[in-house]
Amino acid sequence: MARITLEQIRHSYLSAPSGDADWALKQIDLEWADGGAYALLGPSGCGKTTLLNIISGLVRPSRGQVRFDGADVTGLDPVDRHVAQVFQFPVIYDTMTVHGNLAFPLRNRAMPPDAVDARVREVAGMLDLQDKLSRRASRLTADEKQKISLGRGLVRSDVNVIMFDEPLTVIDPHMKWVLRSKLKELHREFGVTMIYVTHDQTEALTFADTVVVMYDGAVVQVGTPVELFERPRHTFVGHFIGSPGMNVLPCTVDGAEAVFDGVPIPIAGDDDSDSDDAGSGPARAARVARPRLSPSGAGGTSGLELGVRPEFVCFSDDGFAVEVTKVDDVGRYRIVDIRRGSHLMKMVVGENDTIPSENPRIRFDPAHTRVYADGWLVAPREAER
Amino acid sequence: MSTRTVNHRAWWLVAPVVVLVAFNALIPMMTVVNYSFQETFGDNVFFFEGFKWYEQVLTSERFHASFVRQIIFTGVILAIEIPLGVAIALTMPRRGPWVSVCLVLMALPLLIPWNVVGAMWNIFALPEIGLLGRTVNAMGIAYNFTQDPASAWITTVVMDVWHWTSLVVLLAYAGLCSIPDAYYQAAKIDGASAWAVFRHIELPKMKRVLTIAILLRFMDSFMIYTEPFVLTGGGPGNTTTFLSIDLVKAALGQFDLGPAAAMSLVYFLIVLLVCYVFFTAVMRGEER
Amino acid sequence: MSIELREVVKRAGAETHIHPTDLMLSEGVLNILLGTTLSGKTTLMRLMAGLEKPTSGRVRFRGEDVTGVPVRKRNVSMVYQQFINYPHMTVFENIASPLRVAGVSASEIERRVAGAADLLDLGPMLNRRPEELSGGQQQRTAIARALVKDSDLVLLDEPLANLDYKLREELREELPGILEEKGAIIVYATSEPQEALLLGGYTATLHQGRVTQFGPTPEVYRRPKDLVSAQVFADPPLNTAAVTKRDGAIRLDDAVAWPAVGPAADLREGRYTLGFRPYHITPSPVTENALKVEAKVLLAELSGSESIVHVEVGGHGWVSQSHGVHAVAVGEVEPMYLQIERFLYFGEDGALLAP
Repeated sequence: MARITLEQIRHSYLSAPSGDADWALKQIDLEWADGGAYALLGPSGCGKTTLLNIISGLVRPSRGQVRFDGADVTGLDPVDRHVAQVFQFPVIYDTMTVHGNLAFPLRNRAMPPDAVDARVREVAGMLDLQDKLSRRASRLTADEKQKISLGRGLVRSDVNVIMFDEPLTVIDPHMKWVLRSKLKELHREFGVTMIYVTHDQTEALTFADTVVVMYDGAVVQVGTPVELFERPRHTFVGHFIGSPGMNVLPCTVDGAEAVFDGVPIPIAGDDDSDSDDAGSGPARAARVARPRLSPSGAGGTSGLELGVRPEFVCFSDDGFAVEVTKVDDVGRYRIVDIRRGSHLMKMVVGENDTIPSENPRIRFDPAHTRVYADGWLVAPREAER
Repeated sequence: MSTRTVNHRAWWLVAPVVVLVAFNALIPMMTVVNYSFQETFGDNVFFFEGFKWYEQVLTSERFHASFVRQIIFTGVILAIEIPLGVAIALTMPRRGPWVSVCLVLMALPLLIPWNVVGAMWNIFALPEIGLLGRTVNAMGIAYNFTQDPASAWITTVVMDVWHWTSLVVLLAYAGLCSIPDAYYQAAKIDGASAWAVFRHIELPKMKRVLTIAILLRFMDSFMIYTEPFVLTGGGPGNTTTFLSIDLVKAALGQFDLGPAAAMSLVYFLIVLLVCYVFFTAVMRGEER
Repeated sequence: MSIELREVVKRAGAETHIHPTDLMLSEGVLNILLGTTLSGKTTLMRLMAGLEKPTSGRVRFRGEDVTGVPVRKRNVSMVYQQFINYPHMTVFENIASPLRVAGVSASEIERRVAGAADLLDLGPMLNRRPEELSGGQQQRTAIARALVKDSDLVLLDEPLANLDYKLREELREELPGILEEKGAIIVYATSEPQEALLLGGYTATLHQGRVTQFGPTPEVYRRPKDLVSAQVFADPPLNTAAVTKRDGAIRLDDAVAWPAVGPAADLREGRYTLGFRPYHITPSPVTENALKVEAKVLLAELSGSESIVHVEVGGHGWVSQSHGVHAVAVGEVEPMYLQIERFLYFGEDGALLAP
């Protein structure tokens, strides 16, 4: 197992990249602690799979170094880096049994047959595949196949990191739950570094201890799921994480208050804002670089904006007047569409809470209301920079 | 989900094909069956002879000899063309500008009419004036395909390999192109050797197309006529007289319609039987 | 306008894909078929479209028997999970293609394509080719093509499954409005319970080739007819346990019991299957009369907006889903609170008995 360091990684699929747009990865500096559970989260085309392949050695970066425990491995092949990878579509050796599939990486490394068999049985037990060892692998269901792909990584004792490239794409929702919990359980048992690439925030946030959010070839924020949810550094993160995403509204700032559509909105720094700043390596590294983002679909990026998550909006008699335009019952809670003038917002109302039928007034939770300038978080973090 | 619709109207759609097949396969074949049981001395007068021609054909030394020759020829060219075709397909680039160049080069021999192939190699290999014939002889190797049986055989085999390996290459290449990148990446990560990649990924994924390639090459080579006919005319002696050449000699050369018809049917049944056995064996292997 | 399946059965060889099914779907609402892979969603759609003929039973459209009428003679359009567009045509030509086949005049095509493109935000993309579009835009093009020809029946087979999470969210929001206004019968297949809830309309839950329940989506979700319907319409999975009613109390085991009040009051004494949703077991009490139980924490997933905790109570593995961040110690025994008034009780045959 190893600590993985990415130093000034840039990558382009073109031979002579010129403009900014030619770079699939603009500049990435990250450090992955040994034994961590990480997720790389971003929309399609953000460069997350490229980054994953650079770590595994399937792609050689145009610039920069990859280090495992400080040693430069940039020029090494995947097999010499001792990595394992699970792909979007299950990769199974059709001609072999489940046992043969799990034993394959060990046999390739010339392990004695007795040791191979013992190890395969042990791993199969943990993956609940012990009854299927003699079955032809091509006959299994998609989730079982995916477990085998994962198993081929787990059987090896020399694995530095196991990487997952959207591994649940072809799995039914019911099985997604089972498999995802299994992954997390295996991570706890094996303690091996895992990096999980996905566009699905639920998968990323439930699996990982640290999530790296990428957009347009750059890292936008690194943090725990709670940090990303409660303190998005950029409106893109606010929009991309959370369902529905963060409300982003134009505002002005007047002293310690933000003003939205003539309504003063109090903003309070939260108590634990210091603790996460002294966070892990990647968290700090990512704060250094502030890549330029193009408009994110989460509203404009120019000027000052107010960001508040639908979860932190509530009905309150001392709030400001709004109009309720739509209520969607999604079982556990309701998503309420509200409007003030031309500004649209969403809020989340619990199963046991009521929606006022007349003159609804709402307020934002001051501890979870943020101000963004050109898309980047400025308050309540103002003092720190 | 795969479900099948039963719709009897679909039979009307295949009706034209049925009619066509009847005209170009069934009716001629029934004529042959008819001849094979009768004797004629011309003027459309026939006598029923029962299985006489079949007995004659099956006990004929001449038939045995051409049959054995045929089996050896087909075995040799399959043993060369299939591995060679796969090997060439493996070395071809999967993407990039060279793909189309390679594909065109590979397709070239397939575009040449069969009798032209025979004529080409005939001239090419002539010991006195052919480039190949002269070069080989100049190297001190006695080579004359019109007189020496070994030279004739080698020339016929080399000609067939030159002509048909491309077909195997193209089929195998199509099979290789359908393998997703993830398989190669997974194999790299699992530390698989080049041989293991071939054995466990490329070969299984090529299995279906290779089955087709083997079947096509088996049938074609078993029925080979034009090229050796043009090249060697079945000689020297009878050394390159394969089944179909023998058959034509009997039917047209000697006008023995009855024995030739019986021979055709025996020949047809052999091809059918071998293809069937091979195909079921492969399919059963697949299901397991 | 409606399409009706009466006693429809679909068999292929020895396998039964659809067991006898009665279903009536109307225009003006979204009709959702919810079920896992192989539950029969696609087969049911193919039967409605006329791509397949039922083994027995009738298909009626606007009261008229259309069983066996092939798809060409019906006015049907379909959208698939894969983004299916003509690669060599522009977006405009893709959307216009069904109209060209129908021989609609050029000016009319212009007008209707513009309308459909407008509806699906494809206005600026009309001159591009599908390969130049994002996945979301490609699927919008396919939907626009399905909507432009004024079909009587529009079938969407997991149309969002291949899209990015956020794009899915966006389209889920827009689709119900766009589709319901269409004046066609809309059938939408999905394997995701959350998607069904967000889309609203009517939902049919499917399980192994049977429609287990059909009704307004929130109603099917809140009042499942039986255990199977409740399990099909659950993500995360429904928590279940065998319980006994005795002496006015519901007993999980010797240690855990609660008074049989509310809906459970009317149940006779005996054995039942308890089912409840993961958000009705929480690390902190949500309602005043929540029942406190000791639970062993197996696994915790904190996503920021919610906490998902896998626990074990009395030998039953349950999942708890709650708002916000709840730090729980994995491997320890922690208190959990059950909202017993939200519990569902099923009989031995699986039918919902209370509430």
